[in-house]
Amino acid sequence: MKKAFVNGLVKENPVLVGLLGLCSVLAVSNTAINSVFMAAAVTFVLVFSSLIISIIRKLIPDQVRIPSFIVVIATFVTIADLFLKAYFPEISKNLGPFVPLIVVNCIILARQEAFASKNPVHYALADALGMSIGYSWVIILLGITRELLGFGTIFGHRVLGAWFHPFVVMLLPPGAFITLGVMVGTMRWIQAKTSKS
Amino acid sequence: MNNIWLILIATILVNNFVFSYFLGICPFLGVSGKASSAIGMGFAATFVMTMTAFVTWLINRYILIPYNLEFLETVSFILVIASLVQFVEMFLKKVIPSLYKALGIFLPLITTNCIVLGLALLGSMRNYNLLENVVFGFGAGIGFTLALTIMAGIREEIEFADVPEPLKGGGITLIIAGLLALAFMGFSGMLGGG
Repeated sequence: MKKAFVNGLVKENPVLVGLLGLCSVLAVSNTAINSVFMAAAVTFVLVFSSLIISIIRKLIPDQVRIPSFIVVIATFVTIADLFLKAYFPEISKNLGPFVPLIVVNCIILARQEAFASKNPVHYALADALGMSIGYSWVIILLGITRELLGFGTIFGHRVLGAWFHPFVVMLLPPGAFITLGVMVGTMRWIQAKTSKS
Repeated sequence: MNNIWLILIATILVNNFVFSYFLGICPFLGVSGKASSAIGMGFAATFVMTMTAFVTWLINRYILIPYNLEFLETVSFILVIASLVQFVEMFLKKVIPSLYKALGIFLPLITTNCIVLGLALLGSMRNYNLLENVVFGFGAGIGFTLALTIMAGIREEIEFADVPEPLKGGGITLIIAGLLALAFMGFSGMLGGG
C-alpha cells in the first residue's frame, strides 16, 4: 500500500515521467495561485473517481468500462467546476475551459483503467493520492517558476525588487513549454545520477 | 463572409489550438514522431472536429439552453463525442473502406483527446452561429494538423542530432514546441494590425 502511494510522487510521476495530462499543466500554470486551484480540482476528481470506480469495479461490464469511467469522472468534474464557479468566480474565469477538460485528462482515465478498476479500495485510494500529489507538486512548482520570472512575484507578493525586468514570455505559451521541457530534462538527469550511485 | 475568413485564419494560425490553448498535446508528443502518421492523425481529427462542432452546436442550442441544462454540458458533450467517433468509424468502414484504412487506427484515440472536447466547450462559450461554429471546428482541425506535421518533420531531423541525454524524448520535444509557439506568436500581428 505504501508502494502504491510513493510510486506516483517521483518514480512514476504522471507529468514528468509519464508525460500525461500536459494540457492543463501547461495552460493554467501561468501563476502560482491558478496552479494551486487546478491541482486541488484534479486531486478532488482523481481521488473520488478512483474511490467510486474501485467500489463498483465488479459491477462494470468489461465492454463498456471506458464510457462508465468517463461518466463517473465527468460527474465529479462537473461538481468541481460548479463549486469553483460559485465560490471562486475570478479563479474559475482564469482557468476557463480547463476545469471541464479534466474529464479527458489522460492521468485520470489512465489511473482508472490501470489501477482503480483492478484493485481494492484502500490501494486505489493510496494510488490516487500519490498520483495527485505527484501532479500537484509539478504544476505548483511550474506555476511558481513562471510567475516569479514573468511578474517577479510569488502568489501575488513581490519577491524580486525593482531591478528585475520581467520576462513576459514566461507567462505566454512558449514559456510554459520551455519551462516544462527543462523540468522534464532535469528530472531525468537527477534520476540518472541517483540510479548510478 | 468576412467573419468566416477571420475565424478560419485565426484558428489555424493566430490562436492555433496546440500552441495557444495547449489542446491536443498528448498526440502531439506521442504520434508526431513520423510525418506520415501525423498527417493521418491530423485529418482524422479535422474530420471528427468538424462533425463535433456541428453536432454539439445543435445540442447546445436546441436541448441544453431551452431546458436550462447547461450544467450537463461537459457530460453530454463527452458522450456525444464518444458516440460520434464510434459512428464515424462504422460509417467509414462500410462506405469508404479506403479512407477507413487510412484513418482507422487514429479514430478511437481521438475520443479521449482534449482537443475535441475543448473545441466543443470553447465553441459554446463564444456564441457563434452554426456556420461559424463549423468553420471554427474545421479551422482548429487544420491548425492541429499543421502543428502536428511541422513537429513530426522537426523530430525526424532531431533523430540524428546530438541531443543531451536527459533531454532526449519528452524534454527536447517540449522545448521545440516552445520555440514553435514563439514563432506562431508572430501571427498575432495579422489580426491586431488589420
